[in-house]
Amino acid sequence: MKRPVVIVSPSLSVPRKQGRARWAPSVVAWPSRMRSSQSPLLLPLAALFVAFFVAPLLVLVALSLTSDVAMTAWTAANYVKFFTDRFNYSILWDTLFLGVKATLVCLVFGYPIAWICARASARWQSVLVFLVILPILTSVVVRTFAWIVILGRQGVLNQAALAVGLTHEPLRLLYTEPGVIMVLAQVQMPLMVLPILTVLTKIDPNLADASRVLGAGEWRTLWRVTLPLSLPGVIAGCILTYSACVTAFVTQTLIGGARLIYMPLHIYQQAIGANNWPFAAAISVIFMVAVLAAVALLTLIGRKSETYGGT
Amino acid sequence: MVVPEHAIDWEALSLRLVFGALAAIAIVFLVGPTLIMLLTSFTASQSLKFPPDGLSLRWYVALLDADQMQAAAWNSLVVAFWTTLLSVMLGTAAALGIARSRSAFARACDILFMSPLLLPALAFGFAALIFIHKFGFSPSIPFLVLGHIVVCVPFVLRTAIAALSQLDPALIDASYSLGGSQLMTFRRVTLPLIAPGLGAGAFLAFMASFDNVPVSLFLADERTEMLPIHLWQQIETNLDVRTAAISGLIVIFTLILMLLAERLAGFTRQMR
Repeated sequence: MKRPVVIVSPSLSVPRKQGRARWAPSVVAWPSRMRSSQSPLLLPLAALFVAFFVAPLLVLVALSLTSDVAMTAWTAANYVKFFTDRFNYSILWDTLFLGVKATLVCLVFGYPIAWICARASARWQSVLVFLVILPILTSVVVRTFAWIVILGRQGVLNQAALAVGLTHEPLRLLYTEPGVIMVLAQVQMPLMVLPILTVLTKIDPNLADASRVLGAGEWRTLWRVTLPLSLPGVIAGCILTYSACVTAFVTQTLIGGARLIYMPLHIYQQAIGANNWPFAAAISVIFMVAVLAAVALLTLIGRKSETYGGT
Repeated sequence: MVVPEHAIDWEALSLRLVFGALAAIAIVFLVGPTLIMLLTSFTASQSLKFPPDGLSLRWYVALLDADQMQAAAWNSLVVAFWTTLLSVMLGTAAALGIARSRSAFARACDILFMSPLLLPALAFGFAALIFIHKFGFSPSIPFLVLGHIVVCVPFVLRTAIAALSQLDPALIDASYSLGGSQLMTFRRVTLPLIAPGLGAGAFLAFMASFDNVPVSLFLADERTEMLPIHLWQQIETNLDVRTAAISGLIVIFTLILMLLAERLAGFTRQMR
């Protein structure tokens, strides 16, 4: 049987058992004479990552602990400055919370798409997956730009609202947080749908049938059987969507405008605008740690949920 | 509860209705904005209004004179080309190493190579700028390519590992027992079988690089302006209808490439 593939989910690769997603990719039983000799193939990419990913991040951490770019004296002043200034930590909180809200919107709309897609005929499934994937491949700048045409004072949404008589004044949608959440949800939705779809198509349909035969209605079957079994996909989708939403610089700046500041813009302004590299480095480190903590939390929940999908 | 055949199962119906409605809204939501923007770009007037006042290709024609935009588009294409080429080469090699190994080193590498997808890319872009600055270099195309490889290689790696895990090891054994060497087995057996997966990964990497903002923001300067950054600045400062025209072009090219990828490699199957 063909294995399903979740490419957009890092490390959460091929579910090994039905309804299961794991952080460690599955290992195929390769002929033993091949296994031993393949390790050197990893080295070129590993070298590139050490030289141009790990090393820069280490320099970033080092710079955040100094007061000037020459890195002469160690100090924790940048971190003290961040956590003693309300302005700074409220930006961090706003950003992390923005991600939660956008991820929830993605989940509410994304799960039904995946659910319907998993039940559709092969032909419709292709069409639906195509429609879902198309947005990820279209440039984020272009998609966000499309929203400016829609959300502006003379945009499509306002024209429609005025025509129907929902409102007498044009609504302010651009440069507001609900606007940002709406656009983020649209831009990142595919990242939620694809992992859920992969897990849903792997669930044994007999389980839902059994639930129905035993007297549970459709909603109860969804709630007690399908949803718990698809939880690993939901968690994978949430991790991807969340980490994409909090770092979505283009959408945040173009829809949020200059007054709604989130962490990515804050880093950019401090680094390029204010030219305060050590402080910008400290903000970057804090932001990375915060995002990783959120991902770790979701992973932990995912691990727990695996007991549902177990043998 | 046994439902008589002629009775309507309200519960099943309500679930279908609610999920159908949510999915329908979501699909309109996903596709609508791009369509509206595409139509708006054919406007005959000076403003970005939908529905447009009259249709024309004047803003597309105006792109022919937009030198700065053309230069930015060329830079983006060059960087995306090198990024894709190198990502596929490095990524395929690494995928072979990861898929066929149970060692802790391979597992650690897998997590390391995937981490750029989860870490804030903007923070990495800034770190890369500090790093090359520290060694006395200034931003240039090669550094842009290196930065893009880091954030694009996960796409190639994921599709390549997935394709390898679907490969029947017996085919490889057969090739060996018939006397094929390692290189020949790779070239004549493994590579043709994983080619669609690699194609899908290459396509994703190309689009991710062409669209990248967080890394280019720090590693590109005036001489190496990239298209997404140029567009971002245009949209921030003055809403020019030419911006809509180039966006329209990007959408059309993406669509054509995707239909091609679907034909050649069964792209939607690779994504699932």
